Amino acid sequence: MMVGVLAVQGDFEAHGRALARLGVEPVYVRTAGQLDRLHGLVIPGGESTTMLKFLEGEGLFDAIAAFAARRPLLGTCAGAILMANEVSRPAQRSLGLMDMAVERNAYGRQVDSHISTVEPPAEFASRAGAGPLEAVFIRAPIIRRVGPAATVLLRHGEDPILVEQGRHLAATFHPELTTDTRVHGLFLRKAAGP
Amino acid sequence: MYLDETFRLKVGLAEMLKGGVIMDVTNAEQAEIAERAGASAVMALERVPADIRKEGGVARMASIAKIREIMERVSIPVMAKARIGHFMEARILEALKVDYIDESEVLTPADEEHHIGKRDFTVPFVCGARNLGEALRRIAEGAAMIRTKGEAGSGNIVEAVRHMRTIQKEMKQLTVLGKEELVAESKKLQAPLELVEYVAEHGKLPVPNFSAGGIATPADAALVMQLGAEAVFVGSGIFKSEDPERRARAVVKAATHYNDPQKLLEASEELGEAMRGLDIAKLEPSELLQTRGW
Repeated sequence: MMVGVLAVQGDFEAHGRALARLGVEPVYVRTAGQLDRLHGLVIPGGESTTMLKFLEGEGLFDAIAAFAARRPLLGTCAGAILMANEVSRPAQRSLGLMDMAVERNAYGRQVDSHISTVEPPAEFASRAGAGPLEAVFIRAPIIRRVGPAATVLLRHGEDPILVEQGRHLAATFHPELTTDTRVHGLFLRKAAGP
Repeated sequence: MYLDETFRLKVGLAEMLKGGVIMDVTNAEQAEIAERAGASAVMALERVPADIRKEGGVARMASIAKIREIMERVSIPVMAKARIGHFMEARILEALKVDYIDESEVLTPADEEHHIGKRDFTVPFVCGARNLGEALRRIAEGAAMIRTKGEAGSGNIVEAVRHMRTIQKEMKQLTVLGKEELVAESKKLQAPLELVEYVAEHGKLPVPNFSAGGIATPADAALVMQLGAEAVFVGSGIFKSEDPERRARAVVKAATHYNDPQKLLEASEELGEAMRGLDIAKLEPSELLQTRGW
């Protein structure tokens, strides 16, 4: 199986390490042509504005949108922002793959970044494994609305932090910055599918 | 000790900045240009290093009004510089909630013996280094990101190259040494054994290593990335050039495509004049910024 990690900017190497822990050698994607043979694509954390400028300038925006119509995407933090269908603070263009509204930097600035432990509900536990999950939030967005087309898999308090829509997954936290491979495992099972 | 929660969050933000370009800006308009060009963060300061060099005088933390104006204008992380050892400038910047503090040799040092004790802070710090010992001492004090110093405001890449090559070579050398040799090496490097052992085992620093000080062109950015930098800081190189926005975009592109000469060619075309550079060998020792700090 070949899984790509968008390597424009951000913590793409951390995602590469997470995939490697699950036995998948990552492909670092910087050009549209690299998407052809992939089974799935990770959009990492980083700065969503930086990635967006790059995607638009290099013809990758449309290429990823087309790829997402047939293969799964996993987005974390900035990646989740790029996958949402509505972005605020400030408003910016996005791929519109997930029926959700995301507010950028919603917890505040870096001094408000935090690590929390989340107790997964039954559905996540049965699909990915039980036990507490460490969620790392860095200048993280908050998902303010989830529409009927999407399902919340994990919450932190009231806030959705892992959302699924069809073949795609979006997280506002950084599973790649821990050694817990459950979120990536869930994604790889989707990537392995038809 | 290096894996506590606060430190992980500090290093975490540095991870998010990898592969990107952090640009020096002196007002909100420049910050907006930088963000529009794809900068992954901006460094708010009163004067860019080239002007500090020219105008002289004491260079201090930027005015609060200026930093605040920049923080309000852009959504990307905002960093600001504090003088070496000036932990109260740092406390003020932390209260202002900047996203990263650069304890920087570009400003006039406040303490010639002590750097800031950076572990006590919630806000993360980046510090400059010319060699492995200096990098590890800063990490021991709590720095969550290292940037090679280069020679700020010079527009000359030679010092940035020297410092990156030095650190990479010193790290490689550690990986082939035995346990008791590492103890001797720790003494020589004047750095904690624990950190020396980490580098020997992993072949890299426990925090991201970026490059700064003299980057003026897309080719410069790609060069330091090839030598092992994980992201670049560009100071005077952008806003001292003829067409800052175009140059900013080109350097951003080069930091991502540092392995792709065809893309680098595209980035290098029609850029306008780069900033005028300085011959480091013609500078007096007292004019060097890199020798500030230890």
